[in-house]
Amino acid sequence: MGFQIVTESSRQNTNVVAGCLRSWNPKAVVDVLEFRGETTIVVPRELLRATAERCREDAKLQYNFLTDATCVDRYPAEPRFELNYHLVAIPRREKVRLRVWLGGNDPVVDSLVLVWPGANWLEREIFDLFGIRFTGHPDLRRILLPDDWEGHPLRRDYPVEGYRDVPNTGELFRKSSTP
Amino acid sequence: MTTVETAVGTAKTMVLNMGPQHPSTHGVLRILLELDGETVVKAIPDLGYLHTGIEKSCEDKTYSQAITLTDRMDYLNPLGNNLVYCLAVEKLLGLEVPKRAQYIRVMMVELQRISSHLVWLGTHAIDLGAMSVFLYCFREREEILKIFELFTGQRMMTSYIRIGGLALDPPVGWRQAVERFLKMMPSRVDEYETLLTENRIWIGRTKGVGYISPEDAIALSMSGPTLRAAGVAYDNRKAFPYSSYEEFDFDLPTRTESDCYARYLIRVAEMRESLKIIRQALDKISNEGPIKADAPGIIPPQREKMKTEMEALIYHFKIFTEGFSPTPGEVFVTIESPRGELGCFIASDGSPKPLRVHFRSPSYINLQALPKLIEGQLISDVIACIGTIDIVLGEVDR
Repeated sequence: MGFQIVTESSRQNTNVVAGCLRSWNPKAVVDVLEFRGETTIVVPRELLRATAERCREDAKLQYNFLTDATCVDRYPAEPRFELNYHLVAIPRREKVRLRVWLGGNDPVVDSLVLVWPGANWLEREIFDLFGIRFTGHPDLRRILLPDDWEGHPLRRDYPVEGYRDVPNTGELFRKSSTP
Repeated sequence: MTTVETAVGTAKTMVLNMGPQHPSTHGVLRILLELDGETVVKAIPDLGYLHTGIEKSCEDKTYSQAITLTDRMDYLNPLGNNLVYCLAVEKLLGLEVPKRAQYIRVMMVELQRISSHLVWLGTHAIDLGAMSVFLYCFREREEILKIFELFTGQRMMTSYIRIGGLALDPPVGWRQAVERFLKMMPSRVDEYETLLTENRIWIGRTKGVGYISPEDAIALSMSGPTLRAAGVAYDNRKAFPYSSYEEFDFDLPTRTESDCYARYLIRVAEMRESLKIIRQALDKISNEGPIKADAPGIIPPQREKMKTEMEALIYHFKIFTEGFSPTPGEVFVTIESPRGELGCFIASDGSPKPLRVHFRSPSYINLQALPKLIEGQLISDVIACIGTIDIVLGEVDR
């Protein structure tokens, strides 16, 4: 089963999730996307925490497991940050992706630690590597990089080889582009 | 270096730095322990000592070039990492892999699961003072590594699973080598069990240690043997079958005690289940057949075709100079690695290089529960608990 197109069951799951969320709050679903049998629900930023809570509590949805959270930087497009939360309903064996768009000048979103404590390190990783701030996070510190690191390396405008100094100045690597 | 505020001074507590060079942390994990006598009041893990920026590096490589980077994340499970990455790219491309290649993939990752569990069992036992188990486990792991060397030419960084299939056809004599291993292994698993399962010291060090409730385990996104030891029967091979796992007949060992001893029993039972899967895969794999999908422009052409056909030469040149461009979109694929749910998220923008590659590493997320497991326990249980989560720091820090 290496190859999954949009199947009957994935279409059905999309309808169930979108229908449930729409009947709860019509504003919670901005867009519904399907690609390769995966369902993506685009959620407005203000409603992320409430929607996530709904996904977990609704008896028809039962998305009790937050498996992953990650960010994609679409620089130079705006809004540039795309946050993806991957949820699994262990009893129903279904997955869904919640997506929130964030602008580059104000990358702030509600933390999901109150809904799933497991979001703690996932959000710290996103904060560390993308510089997105999560309001209500109990412990928002860098996790993989040193505390004094400058910049957020997984942003698209951060060079892959890091900031390198001009040659012949005696310095090989420098963490920041500022002199 | 991270400095952490603790509640020092409020009572008779002291802060102890465990790691990053402590042998029982299996790499470079640092834990700040706040101790009241021998009891752990608070534990704060500090990571990042092995951060190599694999996800960032992937963005500057073509889709096929990034496979070698995945080997180096979880170095006890390179084939599983190859598999999850290739499954994600195949899903992005909409590529169907031949059945024979799928079965060989299953066989290889199950061998990998046994070898990973052997390293876990050996090192976990040595942490808790049982030296000889380690030697036995590594003896059998060596046999698995020999099989990998036979198949791939490499013992550890295999890069054997490629986009659309496998790197090489299995070599002459591969079936006998796997048969030999299957004949030998069941009695060896019994041997480990005679050494440990009813050993009073082993039981004393692991039973009732590191309890976590199933509700907490799910809320903390734990997966793998740790979750199944808490009584939650969640395994990607059963819940979201990939690579034809739905055709294999195997059980899902679960327990409800949710302590270190239960996790040990689960992993030993999983080794036996893996042997069952390898047996079935061996019967399913035909001697002849394709190991790569038929997708010119994505799969490199055969060497002899390149010498005789112009199209093959052009495709070869194009694949290795600019790569291939999948349609824009995002996919998220999960597999069951020896440590839990291993996921790969790829976002494509239609160019030959991925816009974003992200790995959901089970070690990283399971480690998050460590403070929950050890707070209120004794300092010697910390070592048992780190071992029982089965972390690989290469994967934690990526």
